[in-house]
Amino acid sequence: MVKKEILVLEELLGSNKKIASEIRKKLTKKGILTINLLSSPGAGKTTLLERISEKLKPPYKMGVIEGDIETERDAERIRAKGIPAWQILTGGACHLEAKMVGKIFPKIPANLDFLFIENVGNLVCPASYDLGETLRCVLLSTPEGDDKPKKYPKAFTTADCLIITKADLVPLLPFDIERSKEEALELNPELEVFITSALKGTGIEELVNFFLSSLQTLRKQYA
Amino acid sequence: MHELSIVANLFEILEEKAREKRAKKVTLVKLRVGALSGVVSEFLETAFDIYKKDTIAAEAILKIVDIPLKIECQKCHKKTVKKDFVFICEHCGSRELKMLQGTELLLEKMELEI
Repeated sequence: MVKKEILVLEELLGSNKKIASEIRKKLTKKGILTINLLSSPGAGKTTLLERISEKLKPPYKMGVIEGDIETERDAERIRAKGIPAWQILTGGACHLEAKMVGKIFPKIPANLDFLFIENVGNLVCPASYDLGETLRCVLLSTPEGDDKPKKYPKAFTTADCLIITKADLVPLLPFDIERSKEEALELNPELEVFITSALKGTGIEELVNFFLSSLQTLRKQYA
Repeated sequence: MHELSIVANLFEILEEKAREKRAKKVTLVKLRVGALSGVVSEFLETAFDIYKKDTIAAEAILKIVDIPLKIECQKCHKKTVKKDFVFICEHCGSRELKMLQGTELLLEKMELEI
């Protein structure tokens, strides 16, 4: 019997990364901007998508991949807005993986401009999985508290944009928008920050404009 | 709690490498886990112990090396090992930093019985 030590140096999430890069390559080639939305359960991802769908007027087309543990409820809400939605049911898993998105891929029409991926509500696990997105947005709702960025560093350091939601509740809560913004920027100085209220409709236009300019940048890069 | 899913990926690599080397057993697995890798080492250990039963690594010992976050300031060029995740240079206050280590989640080495 011989014992042998071998040097491997292989990434444990290497296979996910590889699939994600392939997805990103295919989507960007088609000129589709893919946006991965991360947040705790109930931060308002689906409601935000409903508001975005109202602001994003033709000729722009969007589609949504919905990640949930159970039920098609979120996908039905999106479809009710006339937006195509594809549901991924993880059956208990706390995050989406690139191979799950890969299975939906053949159903995605090539003429989309925006593909939103609504991840499973969870600020921890989804942060470790690249899904092939171009932009990663993390949502923080005001009832969650302004101290969340540093408690969930991975989500905030890997995001491109922070969307504070339910800003209309600030007068009722001990939530300091500036403090949460500053905390998040200490973790990630490059974050684009948006302050929104889906109920009042504030901040949605600025966010949509940011997505539109990101789409233009992407298309210039891959033209 | 995605550690079990990560351990499933680990076993795919372990089994493939063991097959390549025609090993009878995997006796040691060494991982490098960064402070910003998004996983908890203790949960990886638990998941590893659950998963290893009836596999080629059933008797394997798992060693995890925790890697702290290390940054290099692009202005004053000083290197700092961070205990928090505040991306501001402690020496000059710059936010232009390069991450040197701390996000890795690697299978570094394995020991086989051939």
